Amino acid sequence: MSRLFTKDTQAIFWNNNKSAIQRMLDYDYVIGRETPSVAAIVAPTSSAKFEKFFWGPDEIMVDVFRSTAEAAKAHPNADVLLNFASFRTAYDVSMEAIAMDGQFRVIMVTAEGIPERLARKMNQAARDAGVTVIGPATVGAIAPGAFKIANIGGTIENIINSKLHRAGSAGLVTRSGGLFNELCNIISLNADGIAEGVAIGGDRFVGSVFIDNLLRMESNPDVKYMILLGEVGGTEEYKVIEAVKDGRITKPIIAWCIGTIAKHFSSGVQFGHAGASANADRETAEAKNQAMREAGIHVPDSFNDLPRVINEVYTKLYNEGVILEIEEPEIKTIPKVRRPKQFICTISDDRGEEATYAGFPISSVATPDTGKSIGDVVSLLWFKKVYPKWATEFIETVIKTVADHGPAVSGAHNAKVTARAGKSVVESLVTGLLTIGPRFGGAIDGAAKYFKYADDNNLTPAEFLAYMKKQGIPIPGIGHRIKSLRNPDLRVEGLKKFAQEYFPATPLLDYALTVEQLTTSKKDNLILNVDGTIGILMVDMWRALGYSEEEIDEFIESGTLNSFFILGRTIGFIGHVLDEKRLAMPMYRHPMDDILYDVKKAEEI
Amino acid sequence: MAQRAIREYDGKALFSKHWNEYFDGFHYPFKSVLVTSGDELREKAKEHGFEWLNQEPLVVKPDMLFGKRGKNDLVLFRVEKPGDVTLEDAAKWIDEKQSHDVTLLSGQHGRLTHFIVEPFTPHTQEQEYYIAATTVGEDDVLYMSAEGGMEVEEGWDEKVNEVKIPINMNDADIEKAIHANIPQDIPDESKGTFATFALQFFKFFRDMHFAYLEINPLVLIGNDAHILDLVARLDDTAGFLMKDAWGDIEFPTAFGMEDQSPEEKAIAEADSKSGASLKLTILNPQGRIWTMVAGGGASVVYADTIADLAGVKDLANYGEYSGGPTTGETEFYAETIFDLMTRYPDERGKILIIGGAIANFTDVAKTFTGIINALEKWAPKLKEHKTKIYVRRGGPNYEKGLKDIKEAADRLGLDMEVYGPETHVTDIVRMAVENEK
Repeated sequence: MSRLFTKDTQAIFWNNNKSAIQRMLDYDYVIGRETPSVAAIVAPTSSAKFEKFFWGPDEIMVDVFRSTAEAAKAHPNADVLLNFASFRTAYDVSMEAIAMDGQFRVIMVTAEGIPERLARKMNQAARDAGVTVIGPATVGAIAPGAFKIANIGGTIENIINSKLHRAGSAGLVTRSGGLFNELCNIISLNADGIAEGVAIGGDRFVGSVFIDNLLRMESNPDVKYMILLGEVGGTEEYKVIEAVKDGRITKPIIAWCIGTIAKHFSSGVQFGHAGASANADRETAEAKNQAMREAGIHVPDSFNDLPRVINEVYTKLYNEGVILEIEEPEIKTIPKVRRPKQFICTISDDRGEEATYAGFPISSVATPDTGKSIGDVVSLLWFKKVYPKWATEFIETVIKTVADHGPAVSGAHNAKVTARAGKSVVESLVTGLLTIGPRFGGAIDGAAKYFKYADDNNLTPAEFLAYMKKQGIPIPGIGHRIKSLRNPDLRVEGLKKFAQEYFPATPLLDYALTVEQLTTSKKDNLILNVDGTIGILMVDMWRALGYSEEEIDEFIESGTLNSFFILGRTIGFIGHVLDEKRLAMPMYRHPMDDILYDVKKAEEI
Repeated sequence: MAQRAIREYDGKALFSKHWNEYFDGFHYPFKSVLVTSGDELREKAKEHGFEWLNQEPLVVKPDMLFGKRGKNDLVLFRVEKPGDVTLEDAAKWIDEKQSHDVTLLSGQHGRLTHFIVEPFTPHTQEQEYYIAATTVGEDDVLYMSAEGGMEVEEGWDEKVNEVKIPINMNDADIEKAIHANIPQDIPDESKGTFATFALQFFKFFRDMHFAYLEINPLVLIGNDAHILDLVARLDDTAGFLMKDAWGDIEFPTAFGMEDQSPEEKAIAEADSKSGASLKLTILNPQGRIWTMVAGGGASVVYADTIADLAGVKDLANYGEYSGGPTTGETEFYAETIFDLMTRYPDERGKILIIGGAIANFTDVAKTFTGIINALEKWAPKLKEHKTKIYVRRGGPNYEKGLKDIKEAADRLGLDMEVYGPETHVTDIVRMAVENEK
């Protein structure tokens, strides 16, 4: 891993920190990334499935999950975790992520004040798993022109001013996040910017230390020289000195330790970060600056003198031809004013030459020569997928099968009564449609739901019956008024035949038929009816198309199955309404002798 | 903060509270009281459970986070001969020690306020041990010696065995490592007992989130453990995990650091209530150069530079505000500094550095609104003290912030120079110092 991040690096952002995520996406847009650097957000208490963000002038949706595991499963390529949990939970979040073998390469931890013992455990676990931890207590890291963590670099204006939108030639490592930004500015003013930068964090125990980052930068060909900003306290700078002495680091290093002030105060004053407190002489800023100077590291006389030294080293490398002139890339600009969109559409688009259904021009699915059917249109507009022929034909078969079931069923009756009251086609139609629900047409949903439940849980037919009895619900999709085993429903026979011939497999139907054997042995008319057959075969269709069980459950929950009934039956209802109009039937009044009047005088209470 | 010292008394109380859970097979007679006057001790002796204060010979020491109390002659364990200190002797000694300032051999200077009083424990040199644990680099280290008391510090290398315990070492390996390193000088018949205690001690150190824990000397008489002297520091970031285990523990200020001023206390209190960070330490109340710097790193760099270019005597304060403080919080912080810096006149005038690096996410205009509000209230006073103000800042919305503060200064008649990211962060210190000359 010579480069910490590339232009393809994607992260999972733990905590829905909208402004930090937006800054990452703004950065992505400005530098011309193709994919957003944030693949998904983990927000444990959120019920949202996605969050909208600006992508340049447009908007995009970023997936939201309730756990890191779910996010990682959906985005296996996202190998960076940006852990923005609080100091209370950051440890647990990191440990869970470290344990996900092979998922995360880098974990950045922003929380300040994680208990030291927990931070040490976390850092050790990461080291054992080969995971690089940046932080805790950090603003992050950046690979200019490729990937930036959260708020590092500040606003887009500052990023461009500090030349953080494209790779320069310095590698930068600091403890402090605020000074990181400042140094980027200094480097842009006195050299050509940075190729990679890391703020390692201010806590006493941080995951990756100066030497880890400098050794990686040594092997990163984009980095031509390195700048280290240390602090009073600790001995990490001595590891860098060792590496310089034994030749593991050969690129020039410019370094300075801040906190020279501490020598004036014997004890008690904590200057700077929790990690910044000298316990011994060699941990003072002076001692470290002196030791680094003696090892041949470029050490200025003071922080104020740092810009001059940077310019000196840069100019030398430039004159030697180690550093080349950088061609300034074009920068995409982000509009000053952006308005979030009120609506989102993911199924069709009418902005181009020709409107499209899920990316397909209407003409490519509409005319007979395309060979496409209503089933194809449904698959595009309802499921945003191109279903194979057997599936679109099945959908079409379902729609045709449920189109009408005569005038006596409650929906058709309501539509007819309304039409006779002089209402319009649409008014009469919706009256009929509004009848569709748990009792009228609902058996499709119910059958799919309960048969799938029984199959998922490996219930035998007898156990399934016992289960439904306990629930106090008659089995949806079983039973017919007049049809029986001896007098089968030909619609059901037709659907079954089609499925058995063209579906790759029909496991749920097979299961349902074993249930039917048991129910019909009790009563002849307890057959699998048309609603049940449709619901069950839809599940088989989706399974064969490769949907996960969770996705199918979601279809059932969201009423997708009922939608087939609504769509099909609309054809029949419109027929009944037009029939009424044609017949010019008068206003309907129900005969009074068909009503049982049982009205008692109300008691006073 | 992270590692913070606690009083010897509180450390012993922690041992006592968790003793049965950790120190199976040992008995700890926790007999200690912490008092702030002779009278308080006399009153304590009347309470039920503290009869021993009247019945046993006593030992008295100040309990104020500093060590080497013996060498500083601040341990009362004898009047005529060791072990003859009575309650009245102890109370009088406390009152006497409290009546004047003391200067320690280390140079720390201040007034003694807290004393720990315990029974005198007669024992032999052979019964004394040393045990301590802390974190060195990435590992825990357990220190054990057959000799306790002052001797151990004099012959550290020969007398102390160190056991390095990595963070991920399991309990069985820890036990093995301790057994393998029991000091040879401990008599064979006592080695097992000591090893058992050492393992229990380490687990207690680890589970209680101590950063440093030392018993010197530890006296083992049979299965009775006597913690004669104790030094302890806790990792205070673990506070949220240890609410019940630690109880309401106090983290006192180091001896000799005068107690915090009311202003420092007020800022510390505001800090504890805020998600942002507000820190203030007054280094020299009569100092001439005052700083109001955003960011932990930048604040250090400004302090470094002032000490380098102007000399540390002129540096009045150290502090920082960061992490996106509200306008109100910034205003309060600024007012506190303006108040402090206009208390003592200096004929050369005062310098105020409103500094900061380029912020990552803090809205500069918003925080500057707080500073401007404070300037409006304190402008007459600041002018009276001939204050020259230098501002340097970058970050989100900095143009507006700089413009606003400059306009306010002009309107209020304050002498102010304003710089943005194009000027090196600490260059305003150089300008301020050079303008003087």
